[in-house]
Amino acid sequence: MRKFLASTAFVAVFTVYALYQSASASTSTPIAAAPTTTHSTPQVAAPAAKPVVAVAKKPKTVALGAYRDGVYTGAGADAYYGTVKVQVKIANGKIADVTFLDYPQGRGTSVSINSYAMPQLTQEAIQAQSANVNGVSGASATSAAFRQSLASALSQAKA
Amino acid sequence: MGMPVIIDIVGEGHASLEPLFDYFRSVDERFSPYKASSEVSRINRGEIAPSEYSLEMQEVFDLAEETKRVTRGFFDIRTPDGSIDPSGIVKGWAIKKVADLAHANGHRNYWIEAGGDIQVSGHNEEGGAWTAGIRNPFNEKEIVKVVRLQDRGIATSGTYIRGKHIYDPHTKRSVSSGDVSVTVIGPDVYEADRFATAAFAMGEEGIQFIESLEGFEGYSIDENGQATLTSGFSGYVEGGSRS
Repeated sequence: MRKFLASTAFVAVFTVYALYQSASASTSTPIAAAPTTTHSTPQVAAPAAKPVVAVAKKPKTVALGAYRDGVYTGAGADAYYGTVKVQVKIANGKIADVTFLDYPQGRGTSVSINSYAMPQLTQEAIQAQSANVNGVSGASATSAAFRQSLASALSQAKA
Repeated sequence: MGMPVIIDIVGEGHASLEPLFDYFRSVDERFSPYKASSEVSRINRGEIAPSEYSLEMQEVFDLAEETKRVTRGFFDIRTPDGSIDPSGIVKGWAIKKVADLAHANGHRNYWIEAGGDIQVSGHNEEGGAWTAGIRNPFNEKEIVKVVRLQDRGIATSGTYIRGKHIYDPHTKRSVSSGDVSVTVIGPDVYEADRFATAAFAMGEEGIQFIESLEGFEGYSIDENGQATLTSGFSGYVEGGSRS
């Protein structure tokens, strides 16, 4: 279970980093100013920046530039629903593992929902839509916070 | 806040928007746990007693308490380490406040958004209903649903990370809830935001919780890209019919 989580996390990191590089190449990134405690974005050699969907793929090692081996913890980044904090392990100059030390999670207390008869709800596979819309609702803050924390960790790892 | 704020008032120029942006800035100054000088940070350092809280802080605390009750404890601004983090309620609350301010200033057609939560009123520039896309949690460049909103609020709670792990105090283990995103549409964005936050914390039961709420509809997406709709949700979908 732990091994699966580690490889999934690595794929997510690669995906996010590819998206981040792709986004920073364009001019229309809708991410506002970062909290004052965040480290500045490291300048690293970009991998072939291509947007990829975060599906489980065989993880591959990506040369992201010169990093010093070790384990680095990023600053906690505000995802508004909670904090995102990542820890990066660098081995042989490359990202070897990413662990999530903190991410938005439910603030549950010891209360359980009483189960009761509910109508069966409709289900569907999500499908990309091509319509023009006035705007978008999504958990954008969380992904931005993830990048901030990762950038923070990587900036410490810079050789 | 570290998140984008977008305000669109039909037919109005920049001057009308400034007081609204100023209000968002003041909310950030007061409620950001990432600003050492914020009231929230000072509360967490023990520098302010509850009797000394500002009126706005008291209001948010009262609303948080009520939300905790209504969601049977699944919404709670007190974190496991004992500190206060009202982020899950402040965003929707602030947008609603700004919408009320816009309304008080005589505006009737507007879109007010912060961090993916939105309150709309009236019509858009083209004279039609405001339309919002629901972001694909697996590919932020895509939308997976289009909804038409008439005087509604919409909020999405979720995580970029595949599968969400919630702590189950009964078994004392982390469990994967399966949901990566829950979108809620309701009469206003404050309500949609707090219930989306709670529904997300509830895991698989969350969408059933939204179904049980009169006047609210929801769309949850699990880690396999399977979406679940509450029974009236399709009424908001472009081309869908209201039941």
